Amino acid sequence: MVGIVAFSVGNGSKDIFLKEGFFNFFTGADWNSVEGRESYGALPYIIGTLVSSALAMAIGVPVSLGIAIFVSEMAPARVSAPLSFIVELLAAVPSIIYGLWALFVFRFWIRDLIEMPLYNAFGRSIPFFGPTPFGLDWFTAGIVLSIMIIPIVSSISREIIKAVPDTQREAAYSLGATRWETVRIAIFPYAKSGLLGAAILGLGRAMGETILVTMIIGNTIGIAAIPHSLFSQSQSLASLIANEFNEASSNLQLSALIGLGAVLLILTMGINVGARILVSKIVKVSPGGRE
Amino acid sequence: MHRNELNSNNNKQKIQNIILRQYYKRKLADKLVSGFAILCVLIAIIPLGSILLEVIKNGASAISIQLLTFPPGAIGSATGGIAPAIQGTLIVVGLASLIAVPIGVLTGIYLSEFAPTNGLLPSAVRLFNDVLTGLPSVVIGIVGYLTIVLALGSFSVVAGGFSLSIIMMPIVVRTTEETLKIVPNSLREAGYSLGISKFRVTFSIVLAKAKSGVLTGVVLAIARIAGETAPLIMTILGTSLFFTGFTRPIDALPLRIWRLASQPYESAHSQGWGAALVLIIIVVLLSAILKILAQRSGYNVRTPHI
Repeated sequence: MVGIVAFSVGNGSKDIFLKEGFFNFFTGADWNSVEGRESYGALPYIIGTLVSSALAMAIGVPVSLGIAIFVSEMAPARVSAPLSFIVELLAAVPSIIYGLWALFVFRFWIRDLIEMPLYNAFGRSIPFFGPTPFGLDWFTAGIVLSIMIIPIVSSISREIIKAVPDTQREAAYSLGATRWETVRIAIFPYAKSGLLGAAILGLGRAMGETILVTMIIGNTIGIAAIPHSLFSQSQSLASLIANEFNEASSNLQLSALIGLGAVLLILTMGINVGARILVSKIVKVSPGGRE
Repeated sequence: MHRNELNSNNNKQKIQNIILRQYYKRKLADKLVSGFAILCVLIAIIPLGSILLEVIKNGASAISIQLLTFPPGAIGSATGGIAPAIQGTLIVVGLASLIAVPIGVLTGIYLSEFAPTNGLLPSAVRLFNDVLTGLPSVVIGIVGYLTIVLALGSFSVVAGGFSLSIIMMPIVVRTTEETLKIVPNSLREAGYSLGISKFRVTFSIVLAKAKSGVLTGVVLAIARIAGETAPLIMTILGTSLFFTGFTRPIDALPLRIWRLASQPYESAHSQGWGAALVLIIIVVLLSAILKILAQRSGYNVRTPHI
């Protein structure tokens, strides 16, 4: 199966790499499908993907960690059981529904509660906070992505924290440590690589997310898609593919889109393999049984 | 003498003060972090709760017999429904399961029962499986397009089912392998001691014991692919007609939601919410089945998070 994936994506993107050159395709910023003046570059969308996922991580990971600590270390069973049930349930909600909600509900919250005040305060003096926000930009996309990855990252983190042996905790408590000190000195060192792995898994998810980002990132193309201010419209690799795939006017454009897919594939594959190595260091795959 | 005692008392007092201060500091840090953790839970619960609330509120008012049984009407009019999308989702997901479940379960059985412990092939299969799990769904859509759509010359049900089955397979493989591994070895040994062949032991004893765990994986995978949108854009395209053949385009719920949401009409948005509610009900129902199966199996199957 992996062979099929690699082969077909490689084959499909051959045209564009041949035309633009491997290096130019990565660094180019044009996106022009008019016949005769065709020119494709992936750089703006790579940046758009990285920036929105970075924002998602910056918000999503600390919050997920907080939830994981609350559920596994602080809350009594009658609070933590339903809470983790709800979180697991939300991990199953399809991303199209996050997108629908973000488009019709959440973007007005963001615009009215965060973006407009920031714009009114700084917009005229600092270009970073302009132009007039209307809620469809990479800032919103990053925040919604963070909301989407919270259920996944927090439930994996919870399992990893639970896998830390109780003797670690008991040792810390018996030395008179407070709860926070126990978490800091007994649990974090033990679970460090696993938690990192969970975060990176979330990152892979955020980078590959398509439909949600397509609905709220604003969908610009070309050089304008490089985020140049906090509230600028942008575009990610996946969202551009989703937007143009069915309307591609030439084989070369299609090939360029598949090339974007190849870039995305390389990025996420590297991230995922790294994450899995880290996670497998702490969570042993089989809990007993055979051997 | 008296002075000395007073002095040492004074020192003791100082030391005690320092200890006390440190104690309060530590207490404060503890309280701050606890507060932060609770704040995190609240931060997460508010948007997540709002999603469910909005979908139920807007969806319930949009759902009607017409919505559930009619094909989409003219764009912009409030007529028509999402029936082809519901039908399409069921067909495509069913087809994907037909492809992915046998292959996935057999691979899982191979990995758990037949593969040599440190062989090259099983570790390669596991690695590839993990890589497949992490692939962005839009890339899988591209693969479906390049392999099936181009070969058949048309967007089709088959291509959609194929793409979704690629997403589904790694989940099924993983849960099957992990469930079979939890089946106690004594059961296998009892089978062998009766002279039963390995094949019969695997399928009649081990698999029967692990049945609900395997089913859990299947249901989990179905719940996941039912909401996939991106690969469907490139494979089944979406139409407003009912099923016309396996090599023809078809509609699906997530796709329909996306199209409805990008139309500038109130009525389309309302139908979109209705479709979202239908989709959520399908997924939540599946998740509920999953919970029941997992509880009945008695094993605590670790659900892989994709």
